[in-house]
This record gives sequence, C-alpha cells and structure tokens, in this order.
Amino acid sequence: MATDNLAEKIPDFNSSAAPKGGNGPVDVTALASIRRAKGFKEIISVLALAVVVVTLLEFILIWSNTEAYVFPKPTAIIQSLFTDFSTLYREPLIQTVQTFFLGLLIGSTIGLSLAVLVTLKPKLDIFISPYIIILVTTPMVALIPFLMLKFGFGITPRVIAISLATGPMVMINSATGFRRTNAELIALGKSYGATEFQLFRKIRFPFALPMIIVGFMVGSIFGLLTAVGAEMVGGGMGLGNRLIYFSSLVQMAQFGAVLVIVATLGVGIYSFFTFVNRKWASWDV
Amino acid sequence: MTQAIRIKITDVSKIYQSETKTVEAVKNFSESVKDGEFVCVVGASGCGKTTLLWCLSGLHPVTLGTVHIDGELLTKPLPDRVGMVFQDSNLLPWLTLMQNIELPFQIKKKPVNHELVEELLEVAGLKGFENSYPGELSGGMKQRGSIVRALAQDPEVLLMDEPFGALDAFTREEMNLFLLKVWEQTKKTIVFVTHSISEAIFLADRVWVMSPRPGRLSRIVDVNFERPRHIDLQFEPRFIEILKSIRKDVEGSKARQGN
Ligand SMILES: Nc1ncnc2c1ncn2[C@@H]1O[C@H](COP(=O)(O)OP(=O)(O)OP(=O)(O)O)[C@@H](O)[C@H]1O
Ligand SMILES: [Mg+2]
Repeated sequence: MATDNLAEKIPDFNSSAAPKGGNGPVDVTALASIRRAKGFKEIISVLALAVVVVTLLEFILIWSNTEAYVFPKPTAIIQSLFTDFSTLYREPLIQTVQTFFLGLLIGSTIGLSLAVLVTLKPKLDIFISPYIIILVTTPMVALIPFLMLKFGFGITPRVIAISLATGPMVMINSATGFRRTNAELIALGKSYGATEFQLFRKIRFPFALPMIIVGFMVGSIFGLLTAVGAEMVGGGMGLGNRLIYFSSLVQMAQFGAVLVIVATLGVGIYSFFTFVNRKWASWDV
Repeated sequence: MTQAIRIKITDVSKIYQSETKTVEAVKNFSESVKDGEFVCVVGASGCGKTTLLWCLSGLHPVTLGTVHIDGELLTKPLPDRVGMVFQDSNLLPWLTLMQNIELPFQIKKKPVNHELVEELLEVAGLKGFENSYPGELSGGMKQRGSIVRALAQDPEVLLMDEPFGALDAFTREEMNLFLLKVWEQTKKTIVFVTHSISEAIFLADRVWVMSPRPGRLSRIVDVNFERPRHIDLQFEPRFIEILKSIRKDVEGSKARQGN
C-alpha cells in the first residue's frame, strides 16, 4: 500500500531502526521508542514500583549501617530537597537552566541553519560534515578550561560549549530528515511551481519534523550534560558547581538532592520532546 | 477533425548519466497529443514511461529534442496548464484531504476555487472526508483525492503516472469509470501511464506502446470504441483482439531484450 511504503521511508519515533552508515543520524531514536504507560492502572503500578525501590534502598542502607557520607539515605535527600530548596538549590538551578537554554538556542539555530544549507547545496556537505563529526564525538566539557582562558569565568565559555554540544546533533538529524524527503513529494511541489523556500516550508520541514525533534531531544540531553559538566570544571556557578561543593564538604544528602534535580531536568527534556513529537509529528501513524 | 495540438514531442531523448553507467531511458521519441485527447502509454517495466512523463511535465530536462505545450517550448513545469498525478497518491500525510487540495493554491498564492473543489469532491464521492487525514482514507479514496487536487487547478493537460497501480482490480475499475466521467465532463488532455494493457485500451483514444532500452515508441494503436464506455467492454472480442496484439508487442520487446 501507498502509505506503508511512505511510512517506511519516514524516520519516526516509533521505529527504533535508525539507518546505519555515513549519512545516518545518530542512533538514539530507540530512546524515544520506549512504550508509554497506558491507563490509570499501569501508571499506578509504575509509581508503586518506584516507591518500593526507594523504600528498599532506604532499608538496605539502614540494615547495612552505611554511613551518610558514603551513601545518603533517600529520606535525607527528599527532606533536604523540601527544606533547603529555596536556600541551596533554586539559585544554581536557575543559573544552569539559563545557560542551558542560551546554549541550546544558539546551537540549535546554527545547527538548523547549517542543515538547511547542506540540503540546498549538497556539495558543501563534504566540507562541513567532517567538523560536525568531530564536534559530535568530542566531549565539549574538555574544551572548558581552554575556553576559559579566552573568555574568562563568566557564562560565555559554558554557553559556547553547550552550543557546540547541541548544534551538531540538531544539524545531523535535521539534515538527514530534509534529505530523506520523498522525491515524489518534492516533485509534486515543483509541479505546482513551488519556490525552494516554499518546498522547505510546506514539504521538507514538516516531513523532517520527527527527525528534527529527535535531533533537538538528543542535542538537549547532550547540552544538559555539557552544562553540568562545564560547571563542575569551573566558573563557580550552577548545579555542577554545587555537586563539587557538596561532595568536597561531604554533605552527601545535599549532593544527592542536586543529583536528583539534574536527573529531573534530563527526564523533563525527554518528556517534553516526546510530548512535542506526539502532538505535532504523529501524522505517520 | 482539425483539433489543435496540445503537446508536441520532437525527437526527445533522455539519458541518465551516473558514475558507473549511462541509461538511455527515452530515445528519439516523436509524437503529439491533440486537444482533449486521452492517450495511454504502456510498456514493460523500466522502458521509460515515467521518464517520458516527467519530461512532458518539465520536471526533468530532456537531453535532446524538444517538448512544446500549446506551441510553447517547455523548459520548466507549467503549474497553471499542466497537472501531474503521481503514482501512490502522494498526498502529504500531515495535512487533511482539504488542506492537501488547497496546498497548490497556497503555493501559487491564489484564492481557493471553492466552487470547483466542492464540485470535484462531489463527483469523487469524497464529500464528508474533507477533514480526514490520508492515513484515514482507503487507497481508492486517496487516489481520487490526488486527482481532485490536480483537477482543482483546472489544468488543460493532465499527466498521470500509474495512478491506479497500487489498487485492487475492483477499485481500479471504479477509478477508471470515475476518471472517464471526469474527462468526458471536462475534456482535459490526458496522458496516462499504466502497466495494464486492458486499462489502457479501456481508457484511451490512442495507446502508445513503448519498447525498452532504449525506450522507444514502438507502436501506436487507435482505439475507436464509442463513448461513454461500459465496463463490460473489456469482454468484447474486438477489445480482446487489440489486447492480444499489444501484449504480443510488449512481450516481444521484452524477449528481444533477453529479460
Ligand atoms: N533518476 C534516474 N537516474 C538514473 N537512471 C534512471 C533514473 N530514473 C530512471 N532511470 C532508468 O531509466 C530507465 C527507465 O525508467 P522509468 O522509471 O522511466 O521506467 P518505467 O517505464 O516508468 O518503469 P516502471 O513501469 O517500472 O515504472 C530504467 O532503466 C531506469 O533504471
Ligand atoms: Mg514508472
């Protein structure tokens, strides 16, 4: 059937089989294909299991007499989260989130623009791609000390690192999405006299949207890792800095609380893009 | 009968060149299509039917020769005069049927011709499905939708590339009758590519038979059955006779190819 045929060519959140090979996107779509809990019963079971796991951890720590400086008890972490949030965690959370968003904005804008560029001028691809591959495979945290020499201790080196972590991910996935756009759909647009811009806006972009969203999701997760990592390396701000600070003072409950906040951010990013995908790019079901 | 010539194909060749090989997909093709004529193109798979059609649409530049539409040399698609219906309906899956039909208007920055669209939807039996997504429509409905999308632009020429190739036999017959009904009402000039010889004979005023590698026009068959045509026409001896003779041509050209 026609639709089956088309669906095969459209990369989407439901297909964990991302294509391999030189032009393939980073294979992380499987991350997005985790089945979603359906119905009240399933959600309750999932939550119940989480409570059991945490409670079990608490009791194991009590029974084994583990000291708080080796591994903090879940209850201590939760207590700290509630009582110290405004004094200890809010400020660094805002700092991290701000840096992250700024980096994401800059990185994804550049990444998306480059994706459009290499789609319009495929010959440029061989010049740009090597750098993109290098950027994808290099941990951007490693650049922080070097960037700090040039840009000082402010927000700039971290924003640059985050942009460099997110941009290439957005670019690779978007470019793949644009390039894979069904040739007959492009021909259809051309047969109605569509300009290159119209082809992008009406056909290529919506077609590539599922891939672009995957690019943003992976890029954002990489960006968050880079943001926290960069704060750990230097700069004296944000959640990463707090991780170093609390661990050096052996305040493990607080350390655990920061870790929980970072994890929540990550899960938040994942959930957000899963939601966006379901809302605006679920046409190929 | 002195009908105007709509499409004039003069010595057209199309050569695809890749790093490893050269394919002469169409070679020295010369023919013309009169105003209001229904021409079907048949031939073995890979003989260059799609290539020919894309050359007529201006989507592919020809390598040699010329194509004239209404006396004008074709260099790029003519969105106002030539409509294209692709294999596999080609509806955008993220748009509703109505949005799909309106897309060409938006691209051309023209107001939607609601009157014509409504009329076509009526004829196509798609009333009530305007807000459905292609994924919610049957194969036949999608094909009708894509034909409505093309006809809503009111082109003089309609180029169709195996539009019913993916449908089952019954739906296909239904589609053929639908297409003939539309054609008899609108008197468009149609060039229709198909794998099915009987479909070609049933629809066409003339059938162009192509032979493969290089893709040439090997024979032209006039089909003079009176219109409107009834679906039982395909069981008449005269029909079967033409069918057999074209089939022999197509198979013969395949055998000569050795595939
Ligand atoms: N873009 C292309 N680049 C290179 N070769 C091509 C291209 N398109 C078609 N060809 C070749 O040209 C020849 C004719 O192809 P075409 O698609 O026109 O055949 P067709 O008659 O439409 O076949 P089918 O009935 O299977 O659709 C084939 O040998 C094909 O391999
Ligand atoms: Mg074909």
